[in-house]
Amino acid sequence: MICVALLPPRILVMAAAPVYALSLVLLAAVLHMGHVGKGAERWLMIGGMQVQPSEFAKIALVLALAAWFSRISYARMANPLWLVPPALMVLVPVALVLKEPNLGTAVIIGGVGASLFFAAGMRLWLIGLLALPVPYALKLAYSHLHDYQRARITTFMNPESDPLGAGYNIIQSKIALGSGGMWGQGYLHGSQGQLNFLPEKQTDFIFTMIAEEWGFAGAAVVLGLLLLLILGGMTMAICSRNRFGRLVGLGISMNFFFYCLVNLSMVMGAIPVGGVPLPLVSYGGSAMLNVMLGFGLLLSTWVHRNSHFGENLTRPEA
Amino acid sequence: MRLTRRKRESRRLMPMREQKDPARGVFTRRALLFMAVQVGAMGELAHRLYNLQINDGDHYARMAASNRVSKRLLAPPRGRIVDRFGLPLANNKENWRALLMPEETTDVAGTIERFSAIIPLDERDRSRIAREMRHQRRFVPVMLRDFLSWDEMARIELNAPSLPGVLIDVGTRRVYPDGELMAHIVGYVAPPNEQDVAHSTLLALPGMRVGRAGIEQNQDEQLRGTAGSVEMEVNAVGRVMSELNRVEGMPGDEVCLTLDRGLQQKVLNHIGDQTASAVVLDCHNGEVLAMVSTPSFDPSLFDSGVSHAQWIEWTNNQHTPLINKAVAGVYPPGSTFKPAVAMAALQARSVSPTDRVFCPGYLDVGGTRFHCWSRWGHGSVDMHDALKYSCDVYFYEIARRVGMDHIAQTANQLGLGVPLDIELPHTRDGLIPTPAWRKAHHHHWNGGDTIVSGIGQGFVQVTPLQLATYTARIATGRAVSPHLIRAVNGTLGEQANPEHWPALDMPDSYFKAVREGMFAVVNEPHGTAPKAQLDLPGMLMAGKTGSAQVRHVSRALRESGHFNSADLPWEYRPHALFICFAPYDAPRYATAVVIEHGNTGADAAAPLARDIMRDTLLRDPANRTTPPPENVADAGSTIE
Repeated sequence: MICVALLPPRILVMAAAPVYALSLVLLAAVLHMGHVGKGAERWLMIGGMQVQPSEFAKIALVLALAAWFSRISYARMANPLWLVPPALMVLVPVALVLKEPNLGTAVIIGGVGASLFFAAGMRLWLIGLLALPVPYALKLAYSHLHDYQRARITTFMNPESDPLGAGYNIIQSKIALGSGGMWGQGYLHGSQGQLNFLPEKQTDFIFTMIAEEWGFAGAAVVLGLLLLLILGGMTMAICSRNRFGRLVGLGISMNFFFYCLVNLSMVMGAIPVGGVPLPLVSYGGSAMLNVMLGFGLLLSTWVHRNSHFGENLTRPEA
Repeated sequence: MRLTRRKRESRRLMPMREQKDPARGVFTRRALLFMAVQVGAMGELAHRLYNLQINDGDHYARMAASNRVSKRLLAPPRGRIVDRFGLPLANNKENWRALLMPEETTDVAGTIERFSAIIPLDERDRSRIAREMRHQRRFVPVMLRDFLSWDEMARIELNAPSLPGVLIDVGTRRVYPDGELMAHIVGYVAPPNEQDVAHSTLLALPGMRVGRAGIEQNQDEQLRGTAGSVEMEVNAVGRVMSELNRVEGMPGDEVCLTLDRGLQQKVLNHIGDQTASAVVLDCHNGEVLAMVSTPSFDPSLFDSGVSHAQWIEWTNNQHTPLINKAVAGVYPPGSTFKPAVAMAALQARSVSPTDRVFCPGYLDVGGTRFHCWSRWGHGSVDMHDALKYSCDVYFYEIARRVGMDHIAQTANQLGLGVPLDIELPHTRDGLIPTPAWRKAHHHHWNGGDTIVSGIGQGFVQVTPLQLATYTARIATGRAVSPHLIRAVNGTLGEQANPEHWPALDMPDSYFKAVREGMFAVVNEPHGTAPKAQLDLPGMLMAGKTGSAQVRHVSRALRESGHFNSADLPWEYRPHALFICFAPYDAPRYATAVVIEHGNTGADAAAPLARDIMRDTLLRDPANRTTPPPENVADAGSTIE
């Protein structure tokens, strides 16, 4: 994190393209020789270490998009043609991650990409135009979803319909949350978590454990801290004087925000379950590494906020 | 503080920058919009969490409790079966078992191998262990061997370090202290089959047994008790984490039988190796004091499963060891039926006790000659003499006069050929034939059928228990029914009270006439059973002999004068029967004895019945609350 934080944006811009290319290679590799865990190919063994390439793809995408948008002028943002390459840069990893399949991460990648488009100055009329066919796209997407993903959506609508099958996770999670009450059952005294009713309690459902054992009070503190981190990241982005730094900062912060949003909504039964950990809290090597890399980049934008690196490049076109 | 200052600073710089780079202004506005969305989203999540945790907290807390609490049944101890004096007939004994907890050993197969080197496991054990291993979860123990001896347990404990996961625990096993003596009445238990388990979840518990014969089967639910339960905190895969609440089950009821174990033993000793059955009743209330059927079997063999060879041996044995002949053996009553015919004739007012019939040794009816057992006949006999001599012709004649329907009605009232509601499974009802019954089987009832029925032959079939009941009813004039259960959990049943049993709807004078005839059989000169006389001072007994043919004796053979049924192969010899009650002046005990193919009632059954009755009178179980000292009974048997 510290190392990345010390890297000047110049190097980051230069590194963006190869890092992005490497992440695509890894994503493609995971489809071919990935380790199948829980019905999906998400993991890659590299030197005895399990790596989840989709995590790195997010960082790589942020870097790549930031690099792209920092090179083109605000005026060019009005031209849809200049937006086609970055759109492809988003859609390729999204497609690869969907293929794994990992719906949760794909949504996050798409969301981060879209928010970067928006923040970089995409014209509102263009956004409106693109939003028109969205309902049809959703319908098409649903028809291409895997059975288990559809099951998640169905059980999300009515979790009690299949309490021991697909709805089990949601119900158990909600039970655990609900039994926490205001002050919780006490550290290591949560019955659901300690008795293993809760699946994946150290990873995706860590927040449930916290809420059960520490109650609403503890969970609210965690929520507040997470929000503080996100807002802090956003502020850092706004304060950056170069466009690349702003976009990286925003991308990383949005990534973190989407992470939290998807995971927390998931454990509260607000959206269908997807394998998305809670950043900084969940146990998991590559997600943690990813978050740390992200914070490294964020700090880098803060450290180099006064560099006019991005503007220097774009000035001729302005 | 620092952040906000920077923010303010950036905002101040904004207009200047915006002119240079319009993208920055757009970015800032849009980033602020994002931040608002982020704050809103987190707020919504917090709100949702609040609803879940605080507003609906109770609901989910309840769900959490039911999630983690698992209720399990506890096997209740099976009720004991005791004799009338409280001596155990079926008991529970500790059963030490070696169990294997598969999850506590890394090498299950190796542990089982090492175990079998210490305690040999046969093929059946091994296949059962393998089967249970496949079906059970890893934290459920699998039984390796039960019924361990102290020696075996010591060997297991000594080798405990090389047997990880092997533990010893104690269950119960059913034991029958008297084995063969009580096997037919007490019955036995066996492991439940799949059907049993489908009907009762309690039976799915390890170690539960189901009664498969005798009282064990008939009172099975009563003996089984009700299951206790234990509530345990379990985790998601069902492993027990802690015990929360325990409700002990109700042990099965203790069933106290009417039997006198000591008398039962005496009766068995008297029967010896004959194939026979004997029943001793308390005439006052129908309590079965002894019920013996020989040969018998070892009931403990069923607990762990009977071998095929043993089963074949039992079922092919012509002495039918598995059948309780006292309730499931049906025999033609022969001459023991004559008192019933006499009662029927008196009831129907067809004859009076003093009416005389001339017996020339035969009776010709419709061109068929029916012989008396005495070739020379008995001359002119009244009812008293006819019973005393067991004159066949007299009973042919009065049966012909009274008709089969009346005979059957009276016989049924006296307990013959009808169900008796004894607390045993697999009883048979016998048969008193009637023309209607014959017609129902598409045959015509002949006059000759009535005549042979008059001496208890032909289609007439009764059980020894029915004979004893019938004797008790004649002795007391009350409709006593035999029963085996005296008390449950120490509460005496209503049946023990003689007042419970109503008088039969027949005049006392009729009973008196028949009883006098039965008295003459034993005690008057030329009676058929002088061997049945009791050699006890002041004690007299009344009885009736019976020899029931099982094969037709041809006229040619009979008239050759050389016929002697003792020369026949065993299975063709007549059954020997004797019924009796005593003391004659105040009847208390009634006995029926049937010796299969014992040849003649007078020579084989009467002495046996006398020995049984003498021991019964000496022990006098009906008037005791504690078993008599053994020497008293011994003194009785040495009077001979």
